[in-house]
Amino acid sequence: MTDQDGRPGPEREQARWFDDEAGPVVRPYAMTRGRTRTAAEGRLDLIALVIAESRAGEPIADQTLSPEHVDIVELCREAPQSVAELAAEFDLPVGVVRVLIGDLLDAGLVHVTRPVPPAELPDAQVLREVIDGLRAL
Amino acid sequence: MVFGRSERRRRSGPAEPVTLKILVAGGFGVGKTTLVGAVSEIRPLRTEERLTEAGRPVDDLHGVEAKSTTTVAMDFGRITVHDELVLYLFGTPGQDRFWFLWDDLAGGALGAVVLADTRRLADSFAAIDYFERRGLPFVVAVNCFDGADRYPAEAVRDALDLDPEVPVLLCDARERESARDVLVAVVEHAMRRGARHPEPALP
Repeated sequence: MTDQDGRPGPEREQARWFDDEAGPVVRPYAMTRGRTRTAAEGRLDLIALVIAESRAGEPIADQTLSPEHVDIVELCREAPQSVAELAAEFDLPVGVVRVLIGDLLDAGLVHVTRPVPPAELPDAQVLREVIDGLRAL
Repeated sequence: MVFGRSERRRRSGPAEPVTLKILVAGGFGVGKTTLVGAVSEIRPLRTEERLTEAGRPVDDLHGVEAKSTTTVAMDFGRITVHDELVLYLFGTPGQDRFWFLWDDLAGGALGAVVLADTRRLADSFAAIDYFERRGLPFVVAVNCFDGADRYPAEAVRDALDLDPEVPVLLCDARERESARDVLVAVVEHAMRRGARHPEPALP
């Protein structure tokens, strides 16, 4: 699939069909079967936490899942992971991770927390806790 | 972070951590990643957005090969305040042409730091304009580079034409205490703003 960009001449293509310029061996959006959006987009802020609905060791039976889906569930079983952390951990674009998480939501394998918009911060107490936490650094 | 709570059920509320984010903006090379790294409990992580995500229709594959190699990186760090309260820091992509990503970052953010370098103050105009327009509380932190002339905070405020309520601090983004003080200033500013405008208007 990397030889479809038309840049290399035929002989070069033969000799080195795969090089750095070809990008990753699997293009990230191949993992999403070409999807760039998920219905859950609006819920998947970078700091939304993804929480597994199962425990470590339980089999993940869904045969439609890719290895990347399973990796995400397994990591989230250890501790809730933010969307940003999952993207960084698996070295995937945020858009790809969002689509994969959307699949896991549909399959009922994870749920996500909704980050609290500042307009809804319960009171100054949470912010005071943040300040205290920072001062303790 | 929150081990041993596996009995938690969907939407069970109280036990799930609250996550907050603060953005770190400013011109290229002004020290955004350095500041994030100075206070983060993890090595700053890097994640990428692909330009094909800028609202391109799903079935429009024309030019995807070229676009798929164009990525923009965001650095981020994490500070776990306690089991149920986690603060994330995001260094925003510096270049103007990646601003479509800022909306994604700024949505729901607690506040922002605009890092400035007195030798290149104009580089911070864009970020200041953005946060002013969006009504997001921000502070301006002047990263005191070795060898750069020092100016008093008030001179920087004048040069940037900032509202009187916007805190201006001098900092050294490499120093943990200094970076921490900048973040404390953001949260305090957000608190004051919250007290005055209980429901900040977000577009």
